[in-house]
Amino acid sequence: MAEAAKEAVKTAPENTKLVENATCTFCGCVCDDMNLTVDLDNHRITKAQNACVLGRAWFTEHKLEKRPFALIDGKEATTAEGVEVAAQILANAKFPITYGLSDTTCEAQRQAVAIADMIGGCLDTTTSVCHGPSGIAFEGVGESTASLGEIKNRADLVVFWGGNPAEAHPRLFTRYALMPKGMFVPNGKKDRTAVLIDVRRTASTPVADIFIQIKPGKDFEVLWALRALVKGRKIGADIEEETGVKLEVLEDLVQRMKSCRFGAFLFGMGLTMTRGRHFNSGALLALASDLNAFTHFVAKPVRGHGNVTGADNVVSWSTGFPFGMSFARGYPRFNPGEFTTVDTLSRGDADAALIIASDPASNFPKAAIEHLKRIPTILLDPRESVTGQIAKVAFTTATYGINTTGTVYRMDDVPITLRPAFESPYPSDEEVLIAIKNRVRELLAEQHRLGSPKVAQKVA
Amino acid sequence: MASLKIVNGRVYDPANGIDGETRDICITDGRITASAPAGAKTVDAQGMVVMPGGVDIHCHIAGPKVNLARKLQPEDHRHDVHPRTAFTRSGTGGTVPSTFATGYRYATMGYTTAMEAAVTPIGARHTLEELHDTPVIDKGFYVLLGNNVLLHQLLKDGKRDELREAVAWWVNATHAYTIKLVNPGGDEAWKGRRNSVVTDLDDKSDVFGVSPREIISALVQVANELGLPHPAHIHCNNLGHSGNYTTTLETMRAAGDQRVHITHIQFHSYGGEPGKNPTSKATEISAYINEHPNVSADVGQVMFGKSTIMTADAPIAYMLRRLGKDKRWVNADTEFESGCGIIPFAYQEHIYTHALQWAIGLELFLHSKDPWRMVLSTDHPNGGSFMSYPKLIRLLMDRQFRDEQIKLVNKKAIKNTTLLDGLDREYTLNEIAIVTRAGPARLLGLKNKGHLGEGADADITIYEEDPDKEKMFSAPRYVIKSGELIIEDHEFRADHEGRVLHVAPKFDSQIEKIIRPFFESYYSVRFENYAVADRYLRHGEKIPTASPVAAE
Amino acid sequence: MSETMLLIAGRSSKQGTSLNVGKLKDEYRDVTSTVEMNALDMERLGLKEGDKVRLRSPIGETVVHCKPRKPEDLPAGMLFIAYGPPSSQLMAGDTAGTGMPISKNFRVEVLRETS
Repeated sequence: MAEAAKEAVKTAPENTKLVENATCTFCGCVCDDMNLTVDLDNHRITKAQNACVLGRAWFTEHKLEKRPFALIDGKEATTAEGVEVAAQILANAKFPITYGLSDTTCEAQRQAVAIADMIGGCLDTTTSVCHGPSGIAFEGVGESTASLGEIKNRADLVVFWGGNPAEAHPRLFTRYALMPKGMFVPNGKKDRTAVLIDVRRTASTPVADIFIQIKPGKDFEVLWALRALVKGRKIGADIEEETGVKLEVLEDLVQRMKSCRFGAFLFGMGLTMTRGRHFNSGALLALASDLNAFTHFVAKPVRGHGNVTGADNVVSWSTGFPFGMSFARGYPRFNPGEFTTVDTLSRGDADAALIIASDPASNFPKAAIEHLKRIPTILLDPRESVTGQIAKVAFTTATYGINTTGTVYRMDDVPITLRPAFESPYPSDEEVLIAIKNRVRELLAEQHRLGSPKVAQKVA
Repeated sequence: MASLKIVNGRVYDPANGIDGETRDICITDGRITASAPAGAKTVDAQGMVVMPGGVDIHCHIAGPKVNLARKLQPEDHRHDVHPRTAFTRSGTGGTVPSTFATGYRYATMGYTTAMEAAVTPIGARHTLEELHDTPVIDKGFYVLLGNNVLLHQLLKDGKRDELREAVAWWVNATHAYTIKLVNPGGDEAWKGRRNSVVTDLDDKSDVFGVSPREIISALVQVANELGLPHPAHIHCNNLGHSGNYTTTLETMRAAGDQRVHITHIQFHSYGGEPGKNPTSKATEISAYINEHPNVSADVGQVMFGKSTIMTADAPIAYMLRRLGKDKRWVNADTEFESGCGIIPFAYQEHIYTHALQWAIGLELFLHSKDPWRMVLSTDHPNGGSFMSYPKLIRLLMDRQFRDEQIKLVNKKAIKNTTLLDGLDREYTLNEIAIVTRAGPARLLGLKNKGHLGEGADADITIYEEDPDKEKMFSAPRYVIKSGELIIEDHEFRADHEGRVLHVAPKFDSQIEKIIRPFFESYYSVRFENYAVADRYLRHGEKIPTASPVAAE
Repeated sequence: MSETMLLIAGRSSKQGTSLNVGKLKDEYRDVTSTVEMNALDMERLGLKEGDKVRLRSPIGETVVHCKPRKPEDLPAGMLFIAYGPPSSQLMAGDTAGTGMPISKNFRVEVLRETS
């Protein structure tokens, strides 16, 4: 890349193109109605019609930056040099872990699964620190759910629990669940009752018809009381002391839930990241299922990153398990708490890490970050990040959905094909992972010929 | 490898009238040929049976519904691991195996083609991605259109031509193999009327104004007009309910003399009164099919043990939830297209209904006068896993074994069937080759599959003869796919990526003028992003449609 | 002065937009080192907007600056911070066998930071 890095922005760019029906992958809403104006000369997006404030930032801030193709121990290197070092690390590690995957394409995710299978490592995604608990709850309870279009067209009662869509998923309100007119909700919001349940008031609160404030850490108690009331059991008035919510408020909510035509829970991290975790999610999922004795009711976990749902799907179909798994014995095993990344790092189990499209050094608990610094870490990321600063090998890759095509899954499992806006000189995550995979395969084959003891379960 | 020769094997190729003759089979470049060059690798099949590769006409192996069921049951996977080998990826099993394990295990059964039976159009992209990760077998899928809201609207408005064009558009947009109807007309009551159920074929939806019978009639006709190689594939209304055999007969009648395929027909062959214990009407159902050559079916045999109910028939899954010990339940609605229900399940010998279902399946096999039109299936995994096919084959071929098994199940159930009324029939190897290979291939219109004539795809299974037929069919000695030796001496020698079989009936693109506005008004995705790009086929094989038959 | 409060680490709109500008840039740093506190609590503790406070948990500590929120929005004894490197310093790695660390509604000590 030439000194165009200085980026003398033309005030009236002559060379633009319009990319219609592009998909924003900043959050799990994965809105596919983006109309992008692309300044081809300066390799950037200048306008993102239909995007929310987060999507606009996503598109306009992902410009082409001049960065090294790879960094090894902080020094500039080529992608190929990085691949060699990365492959050596992974082929020789005893407890390699792979993590991230929520901000890349399914095509790349598949390659990561193949590598983990080969090296007998752990495979985990950002699900484990997002709706992993809801995935665990799903395994214990099941889930009554629906695509977002069903909610848009049918839901006359929507309950937002433990989330702040106005700031984290703005178009969940505007495109999918609150405002839009639908076949059976022709007046949009006027035909709907919106309930918001949280421990504090947020920017989302004003849109709710009913706001219920819960004492922190008491979601499970409230959900369980609701389940009891739905099933016709008695709950004492002391529920208010326990949870901060009056019995009459709960009774009123139950009445509304039972009598609506199509109800929907949309729930977030307020349930998964606090005391109770999967018990909270499980209680909500069970409540939604219970309500189907009276009316049609669904629940949907609101997913954070653009393709975390894709990661769930790819890892599930390839291995049988959605996250937190290990290939160490030559076949997939699943155990949250044992193979999930916060744990394998915090306990110091991992001796090498392959991080793809994620920044755990920024957001993980302190003990996990400290260990990540101690072990050789390989990172694939288009942008600078805290993890990039501590990685032994850091690859600069193209940004999915802006520079590359590929498949992503919206939070409701709807698969969508990305339309890139402009090209990038950097390779895609998929290309880098394929190169690493091929080199790891060679190295493992060599080890087999050399009779390395590690090889017992390795693939030739 | 380019060429292969199989010698000394006893060949069963019913489509070409070969019934156990010792013959050589020659393969060149993935096809069966009259001869092979001098240096061709030779497989000595002395003492072995040579058949075309198995064809599963109805199973649930790939897509959004399957993946939900996979995620739901980690305990199922934990007990059935699938280690990687030098050639093959690892995976897990149980009744909903991971994709790699699915492909390898089908191959291990000697099956080389399998059709995923029910995919929502919006989920077609997902199914194709999973099929890409399902090795060895050739595969395809049926697209759910029986509860498609736009199609209902066109039908209601009497727009018959537009209906046909829209169906063709949808089949093309998804790269499907044929159209699937599941509980046609039942979705709106479930989603929009507080989980109500449609039981009457003539019940016109108060929202969309069309009845199940109208939908069935129209779509059966459209599939044939479009010249689809496999006709409309129907999961009838009232699945599982006592007395539902009348619905099944009416559904078959609604097809008139048009080609139609009724799937997992065992679940639709019950007498008795609604709400009470079912009885068997297998004899009546068999008789209708025997007398109507336009109708074909697959059995949907129940096999005792673990299963997973996964179906686009959301209401029946919800109803079944109350019956089992495992209370987990998944429901997933898909906008304007379909729904689905999933519950973990197990069939038990001592339970009346389960034993009856098992017996009815066997009755359907044993009463069938035309094995070409009564295909072997378990509606995997609803009736049982495809891994139970060898045991099922033994039940059909070995009367003594069958009688022993009958003694182990609920006696009252057996009394309500004809199983003990001198049903001594034993399926021959020829008939097994028909119900597991030649028949389904023919019904699917796959001219190059299910037989070993010149020009056929070289998909071949070689079994070691054994008096224990379950053992024989559990572990073929050799499996050849597209002329490549995939399994040799019971072990994997290579990995292989099969093809996606799909059809592309002609349609008038003007129909988009009707479809697009519907999307813009209601769907949550853009019309432009809906149709699936060709690249998702990876290795696709387009099966030709017949010349369109003019609508009456 | 030290008091125990409940910390919620979560997303905010500004965090989302500044994340895109760059994780290592000032805007993101600023957003993730701002803790929102109940206005009456702040008054009681003698804190003004922008004052530095030290948040301490059994795991570690971090210095951030505070911003008032109306009491009807953020109850007494509760804090909100956009998650990032500062809040990570306070998070325990124990996931109770679930893979998920607690990052909402956990106790931290709040100390006035004078320097």
